[in-house]
Amino acid sequence: MNDPLRYETVYFFGTCLIDAFYPQAGLAAIRLLQRHGLKVVFPQRQTCCGQPAYNSGFFDEARAVALRQVRSFPKDYPVVVPSGSCAGMMKYHYPELFAGRPELDSVRNFSGRVVEFSRFLAELPGLRLQDRGAALKVTWHSSCHALREMKVIGYAKSLIRRLDNVELVELQRESECCGFGGTFAVKQPQISAAMVTDKVDDILDTGAAVVLGIDCGCLMNIAGAMEKRRLPVSCMHLAQFIWERTHETN
Amino acid sequence: MRQTDSFDFAGNVSRALADRQLRRNLRAAMDTLIEKRNSVFADPQETEELRERGAAIKRRALSRLPALLAQLERNLTANGIRVHWAETTDEANQAVLDIMRSHDATRLVKGKSMVSEEMHLNPFLQRHGIESMETDLGEFIIQLDNEPPSHIIVPAIHKNRDQVARTFHEKIPEAPYTEDVEELTAIARRTLRRKFFAAQVGLSGVNFAVAETGTLCLVENEGNGRMCTTVPPVHIAVMGLEKVIEKLEDIPPLLRLLTGSATGQLVTTYFNMISGPRKPGEKDGPLEVHLIILDNGRTRILADPVMRETLLCVRCGTCLNHCPVYTRLGGHAYGFVYPGPIGEILTPQMEGLARAGVLATASSLCNACEEVCPVKIPIPRLLRRLRRDLAAAAETADPLERLAWKGWALMNRVPLINALAVRAGALLGDRLPAMGSLKAWSVVRTPPRPASRSLHELVRREKGVENE
Repeated sequence: MNDPLRYETVYFFGTCLIDAFYPQAGLAAIRLLQRHGLKVVFPQRQTCCGQPAYNSGFFDEARAVALRQVRSFPKDYPVVVPSGSCAGMMKYHYPELFAGRPELDSVRNFSGRVVEFSRFLAELPGLRLQDRGAALKVTWHSSCHALREMKVIGYAKSLIRRLDNVELVELQRESECCGFGGTFAVKQPQISAAMVTDKVDDILDTGAAVVLGIDCGCLMNIAGAMEKRRLPVSCMHLAQFIWERTHETN
Repeated sequence: MRQTDSFDFAGNVSRALADRQLRRNLRAAMDTLIEKRNSVFADPQETEELRERGAAIKRRALSRLPALLAQLERNLTANGIRVHWAETTDEANQAVLDIMRSHDATRLVKGKSMVSEEMHLNPFLQRHGIESMETDLGEFIIQLDNEPPSHIIVPAIHKNRDQVARTFHEKIPEAPYTEDVEELTAIARRTLRRKFFAAQVGLSGVNFAVAETGTLCLVENEGNGRMCTTVPPVHIAVMGLEKVIEKLEDIPPLLRLLTGSATGQLVTTYFNMISGPRKPGEKDGPLEVHLIILDNGRTRILADPVMRETLLCVRCGTCLNHCPVYTRLGGHAYGFVYPGPIGEILTPQMEGLARAGVLATASSLCNACEEVCPVKIPIPRLLRRLRRDLAAAAETADPLERLAWKGWALMNRVPLINALAVRAGALLGDRLPAMGSLKAWSVVRTPPRPASRSLHELVRREKGVENE
């Protein structure tokens, strides 16, 4: 799976948040893969990785939903996932969730093929990103599971640095959680609110116009908090940002 | 408020978050502790190897805990240390009281010990007419204000220098008002010296108890631990039964992990190895040494093949320092003795899900704790397990939540229902009434706005994508 050269075809798992709220981010990721010559397969029967139920302690429900995904991606293609959190769930938590069950072998086969999008893109040989956008200052949010489970932050940032007209200003507390945490945001709303408020303040200190990330849960949290305060900073998934700055408009 | 059946976590959270001074104090202190830790664990590979070793040592000890405890008791007894077993904190308190009474003792000096906090030893002794004096500087400060510790390692971390200055001036007779740290320390030292010499019994915790040699190890920086264990004629040590390790060889990696994680030190100022009372011909040391080994739910935790990893903990407190929730709340909001991530997994097991299960929800599962834990406790995994238990146990289950997840599972198991639900969401847009979860979300955020077309729909029209 570490050698993308071996693959001409990839699966794309869009994630439930991108599906319902940020489809342009998913489309952008697909187009970036296609532009590099990869054939993208999108199983229409995919839904959600199951993490919301899993993290809330509803393991049976999570398992049922996980199995839906495993069965929707049967062929031996890499499964490209534009989220550190969903990728971590499918790569590392599925095998735990199915330990000792008859489905374990097929689950392991699936989990072994899961790759996070920004790493997959960054490692594509000969990838060219020609920045066509105006000069812009951005900052970067390291989502927890992209950082600590998938460990892909370096790849994601390397993509930003390939854009000639983009200046990356890092947050003071880049590795601190934004307070999203799935159902945490609504089960402990006060704590979550304090965390996202601090994150927004950190973002403001950078003077960046755009916050980039690879997890739409965090982006929804941060963008919602910034919009509530009527701040002129936008949030964007890295895939959409890269696509919008690099594609040729006719 | 604390230690009652009506543990009001949400109320505690509100109060903690509203205390701006507290949040500033905590943030500054945690930043310092994190920075210090990073300075001694600068090499990631070396640190990872060390954590692997630490975890292996503690796992090995847990896997044969009953045998090690028996061996520890034999060797301690051979060394002249008397061992007392306590199943409950009541029994442990009673054991301390019995020893005190057998010596007609009324004055005790205490080194820092989280197990003694678990026992609520100070109020217990006070009720029995015994003065129990905290001698760790942080513990000394909060005892003056009659507060419990807010951190496992730095118990007064919620206070800044000005607050300590005011407390000293108000609570210590004849103490002048000063914000000078050296003067404040000198005031504490003068007060404590008198207490050390007057005490009939000294009490301490234990960091490691070595089974093969019957040695009690105590890690500290101030020397008060050594004073407590050597100056009074009687020394009582208290420990949780998970503190036993197999052999002396196990100490160096664990000690390095403990001091590095706790305070960012390569070594502490003092490392005490206590191997028995004063022997004939020796001129100092206590005449009697006792060890009280406390269970308080630990054997129950040990019996669970998943949750037993809670007992790997060496109480370094680094999970607190790195926790974005602890950093905003401080320890008192957690309502019980152990705060932060370790408290979130330990307290519900000790106090029961009905009483303290809410603590398992006080985490965004960001994994910062797991990343730094010196013995690699999978804290997020244990939190998920506790959440499963909360959802399953009759006393804590929320039938409405269960129903909601059943509906969620149906929606995400059957692609057609999923498509319809996403479509319905798109049609509703942001016109959903702000109730329940959405209301909670919308206090500091605008509600999420569904896209008019889902990715599933857009991809169907996208050139070159193969829809399966």
